[in-house]
Amino acid sequence: MRTSTPSPAEITPPEVYARRRRFLKTSIGAGLVAAGAVSPAPTFAAPLKFGAGASKRDYASGETPTPLQHVTGYNNFYEFGTDKEDPARLAHRLKTAPWQVSLEGLVKKPVTLGSEEILQLAPLEERIYRLRCVEGWSMVIPWLGFPLDVLLKRVEPLGSAKYVEFISAVQPEAMPGVKGRVLDWPYVEGLRLDEARHPLTLLALGLYGEVLPKQNGAPLRLVVPWKYGFKSAKSLVAIRFTEHEPRSSWMKAAPREYGFYSNVNPAVDHPRWSQASERRIGEFRKRPTLLFNGYGDEVARLYSGMDLRKHF
Amino acid sequence: MPLAALKALTFLLCLLPLAYYGWGAWHDLLGANPVEAVTRGLGTWTLNLLLITLAVTPLRKLTGWHMALRLRRMLGLFVFFYAALHLTSYLWFDQFFDWSAIAADILKRPFITVGMAAFVLLIPLAATSSHFAIRQLGGRRWQALHRTVYVIAILAVLHYFWLVKADLSQPLLYGGILCGLLGLRVWWREQERREQLAGKYQPKNISLKPRNRIIPILPER
Repeated sequence: MRTSTPSPAEITPPEVYARRRRFLKTSIGAGLVAAGAVSPAPTFAAPLKFGAGASKRDYASGETPTPLQHVTGYNNFYEFGTDKEDPARLAHRLKTAPWQVSLEGLVKKPVTLGSEEILQLAPLEERIYRLRCVEGWSMVIPWLGFPLDVLLKRVEPLGSAKYVEFISAVQPEAMPGVKGRVLDWPYVEGLRLDEARHPLTLLALGLYGEVLPKQNGAPLRLVVPWKYGFKSAKSLVAIRFTEHEPRSSWMKAAPREYGFYSNVNPAVDHPRWSQASERRIGEFRKRPTLLFNGYGDEVARLYSGMDLRKHF
Repeated sequence: MPLAALKALTFLLCLLPLAYYGWGAWHDLLGANPVEAVTRGLGTWTLNLLLITLAVTPLRKLTGWHMALRLRRMLGLFVFFYAALHLTSYLWFDQFFDWSAIAADILKRPFITVGMAAFVLLIPLAATSSHFAIRQLGGRRWQALHRTVYVIAILAVLHYFWLVKADLSQPLLYGGILCGLLGLRVWWREQERREQLAGKYQPKNISLKPRNRIIPILPER
């Protein structure tokens, strides 16, 4: 049963409302809106204190978080286009309310949950993680969310479930990128069940104390900090438990270049470029890339005995 | 427009991309990853100017605007200028002059290999751009040497193809334009060859073997 009462996340706080009105009233603001340069529907339609009361933990060894403007202005979200600036420009079109996530496949209790229900499942934690993109750049991002396992436990995976497949939203009217065939839509990613249940694997609903901006994968996304960024699928609509290894969109696009595991590894190059170093956004010099993006102590045991070159 | 003014205007226009990236870098207007923006931008403008240079001859033939030819040397030298800056930005901002890493990159990464090859092939063209060099080489040899620009252009577009992650639309656009520019030349040459074979240029009373009259693609040995 649905009511028309807005959820707390949808209510614009008065100070933000007043700021927007002031902006729109000025001729320059109105001109920009009319010219389509500025969207009248802001990306941050969120209360300012979304993450208030969240426990905070730094998983990035005290490294300075990347400025918010870069975290929200430099994104790979190919559904909105392949330029880094496309998501920030176009993602406001994404319809995030109502939002349903289907938990399905090899589980005892399949269920479809609204994003608001998922938000209530566990207290939010702030976790500062490094994010390493396969292209050779990296950021440090304070995410808000909780371990994905909280959600996975709820549906009671069957013994036959060995993998988890993550499926992102496709909204053709909002996403110009899905009209092209750069990738096979919907965007699909996958993890082994033990990777998905690892305590570092986060279901993120926010960043920098705010509701997740749309260009970063609102309303909820995966964050797997020891893998290349593309593994952390955005704007999830389905989580499916499977017996066999899922084939991700990137594996389908270039099987020689993108493997299922895609763990950050300076010793295993992308076939076309080196992964030995990375440029932290905001820094001039490059820094060496760390095995498992620096999370080896926590996750290396998941891959003991595996040839990481073969299982790239 | 007098030639001198046209040349001055072309010179200034060719400097605009550099001014854009210089200004943008200084005032931090190039987004989250300015280093990449500069490197990519310089590469894009190398390719843009290369295609513009290759468009001079077709433009002249199609429009009869012969003055365009007088701009070609400057355009070609700007191709070299932007290529050198593009290479420098890679050596400096990407590799920080780590020569062993650079050598490994050139050997291991096909897109770096072809990019480097294109640059190396550009050097003799830039070095022989003066009237003096043309006289020293002789027109025919000079022209043969400068035909390597077709190979350079193909390598440059390939360099772009192998660099992009998934979205090939931009490299395809460049590749399509290059195909058009090279295709026109092939077509014109074929027309000329047929006309010669048909004896169009052959004086009636002199008997010459037609094959001797065909324009050689390579210089005569």
